[in-house]
Amino acid sequence: MPAKKLNLRKRYELLTRGMGWETTYQKMDDVFPYDSFEGIKITDWDKWEDPFRLTMDSYWKFQAEKEKKLYAVIDSFAQNNGQTNLACASYLSAIKLFITGVTPLEYGAHRGFAHLGRHFRGDGARIACQMQAIDELRHAQTQVHTISHYNKHFSGLHDPFHQFDRVWYLSVPKSFIEDAMSSGPFEFITSISFAFEYVLTNLLFVPFMSGAAYNGDMATVTFGFSAQSDESRHMTLGLEIIKFMLEQHEDNLPIIQRWMDKHFWRAYRLLGLVAAMQDYMLTNSPMSWKEAWEVYFVENGGALFEDLSRYGLKMPKYHELATAEADHISHQIWSVFCSLGNATGFHTFLPTEEKMAWLSEKYPDTFDKYYRPRFEYWAEQKKAGTFEYQKGLPQLCQVCQIPMVFTEVQTDPMQISYRVTEHGGDKYHFCSDGCKDIFEHEPEKYVQAWLPVHQIYQGNCGGPTLPEVLDWYKFKPEDSGDYIGSKDYHRWQEWKGADKKVKQA
Amino acid sequence: MAIIAKDGYVDNVRDRVENFHGNQLVYVGWDDHLLFSAAWAFPLPPEMPFQGLVSEVMPGSFNDHPDFEKIDWTSVEWVLDGKSFLPDMDKSLKDNGVGHKSLIRFKTPGLMGVNGTRL
Repeated sequence: MPAKKLNLRKRYELLTRGMGWETTYQKMDDVFPYDSFEGIKITDWDKWEDPFRLTMDSYWKFQAEKEKKLYAVIDSFAQNNGQTNLACASYLSAIKLFITGVTPLEYGAHRGFAHLGRHFRGDGARIACQMQAIDELRHAQTQVHTISHYNKHFSGLHDPFHQFDRVWYLSVPKSFIEDAMSSGPFEFITSISFAFEYVLTNLLFVPFMSGAAYNGDMATVTFGFSAQSDESRHMTLGLEIIKFMLEQHEDNLPIIQRWMDKHFWRAYRLLGLVAAMQDYMLTNSPMSWKEAWEVYFVENGGALFEDLSRYGLKMPKYHELATAEADHISHQIWSVFCSLGNATGFHTFLPTEEKMAWLSEKYPDTFDKYYRPRFEYWAEQKKAGTFEYQKGLPQLCQVCQIPMVFTEVQTDPMQISYRVTEHGGDKYHFCSDGCKDIFEHEPEKYVQAWLPVHQIYQGNCGGPTLPEVLDWYKFKPEDSGDYIGSKDYHRWQEWKGADKKVKQA
Repeated sequence: MAIIAKDGYVDNVRDRVENFHGNQLVYVGWDDHLLFSAAWAFPLPPEMPFQGLVSEVMPGSFNDHPDFEKIDWTSVEWVLDGKSFLPDMDKSLKDNGVGHKSLIRFKTPGLMGVNGTRL
C-alpha cells in the first residue's frame, strides 16, 4: 500500500522544522557565526511563521508555469517587432536606467538572501530566504532576457553588470545594496525585505510597470506581472521578520528602529532616480512622483506604521522631509542628468511644452517657480546652438553618493543642502541630515565608500579625460547625449516618420 | 560611533589625501547659481595660489554662465567650510586654510543668476 500523501501544512513543517537540528560535534555559534554580532536577541526560532508555507515542489511548479508564459510573450514580442509599438524610443532611457541600475540590485539581493539562507539559525527563516534568493536570481535573469530584445535595436543596453560596478550614477544603487549586503543578516533583511520591499517597493514597481503599459512596452509589463506574486510574498516576509524580531525581545526595538530610519533614508534617496524616470523619462507618465509618494508612502506607509506602533516602532526619521522633497527631487535629478548628459549611458532630453504643462499641473507649487526656468533656458540655448554640457565633476554625498543637488526645501529651495562632519582628521560631506546620521553612527564603514568622482581623480577609472573614463565604463559614443539626433532617434524616425512625441521645447 | 561588524573593519580611508598624487580635493560652489546643480570637485595642489583657483581653475567649469564674466572679484563674498573668510589671492590654498575636501562657496552680490532666478 502506498504511503499516505501528506498535506501541504505537514510537508512544510517537515521541510522547515524536521531538517534542522541542534549540532553537537560543532558549537551552534560556530555553525552560525553571523547571527549574533548585531545584537538582535532571538529566544525561540520556532516562533517564526512563514505566512506562505511554500514547499520546494510547489514553488518549482508555480514558477515554471509563470515563466513558460513569460517566455511565450517575450517570443511573440520579438517575432512581432514589439519594439515598434513603443510610445517613443526616448522612453527607453527609463529601461536603460532599469537594466543598469535595478537588475543588478536583484542579483545583489539574490546573493544576500542566499547568504541568509545558510546563516540564519532558524530553519524556517532559512527556507524562506532560500526561496527568495531563487526569486531574486530569476528576476535578474528574466529582466535581462526581456530587455535584451531592445539591445538588438537600441544603444546603451549592452553591458549593465560591468557598468553597475563603475558608472558615476550607478554607484548610487550599488552602494545601497552593498551597504545592506555588508551588514549582518538581520540588518540585511530589515533593509531589503522591510524598508525596501515592504515600505517602498510600490514606488519602484508601480511606476515602472504602469509606465511600461502607458508607453507600449508590453515586454516589461509581462515581466512585471510575472514578478508581482513573488513581490507580494517578499513583502509578507518583510513584515513577518520585523514582527518576529520585535516579539522575540524588547531589546531589539531600538536596533530595529535605527535600521528602519537608516534604510528608509537609503532606499528613499535611491528612489530619487525613479522619481526622475517617472516624471521625465517616460513619454507618457501614468502618475507623478509626488502622487505616487502620497499614495504609497504617506497613506499606505502611514497606515502600516500605525499598525506597528503597538510594538513601539515609529515612523522613520526624516519622513516629513522626504514628503516635503516630493515636490522637488525629480526635477533636481533630471536637471543634473541633462546638464551632464554627455556622461550618461542613456539619452537625456528636455521636457516638451506638453510635458512641462503636465509638470506645472502636477507640481503647482514648485515647477513653474523653480524648475521651468532652467529647462526653458537650456531649450533656448539648444535652439540657438549654444548649449554645452557642463564641464566638471560634481561633489557627491559620502553616503548616498548622489551629486549634492538637493536643496533646503523647507526653508529655501534654491539653496543647496550642505552637511559636513569630521572623522579621523578628514572632512565628509552629505546631502542631508539623514545621510549624515548614517555616517556618524558607523563612520568606519562609510570612510571606505568608493565615490566615483574621487576615484577618477585618484586615477583609478581609465584615465583623466572624459572619453577615457567613458571608455572604461564601456559607454559607446552613441549611448550618451541628447536623444534628438542620436542613433536611437534616427532609427525611430526611419520606422515611424516624424517623431511628434519628443522634440525640443 | 559603533563598529557593527563581525570581524571589525580594515583601516581603509579611501579618500585620504595621500591617494590624490600630491593634490588635495577642493569643492567650489556658486551660491544662487543653480544652473550648476552641485558644487564642482577639483584636485588641486595645496601650493596653488588662491588666485590660480580663481583665474585658472574656476573659469573652466563656471564660465559658461552669463554672470561669470560680470563678476567683480573684489566684492565676492567667500565662505570656507561654513565660515565667511577673505582669501589672500597671492597666498597658497593651504596658507589660506583650504584643506583636503574643503568646501568653498562664493556669493556674487548683484548677480543672482539668469534673469534674477538664482539659476
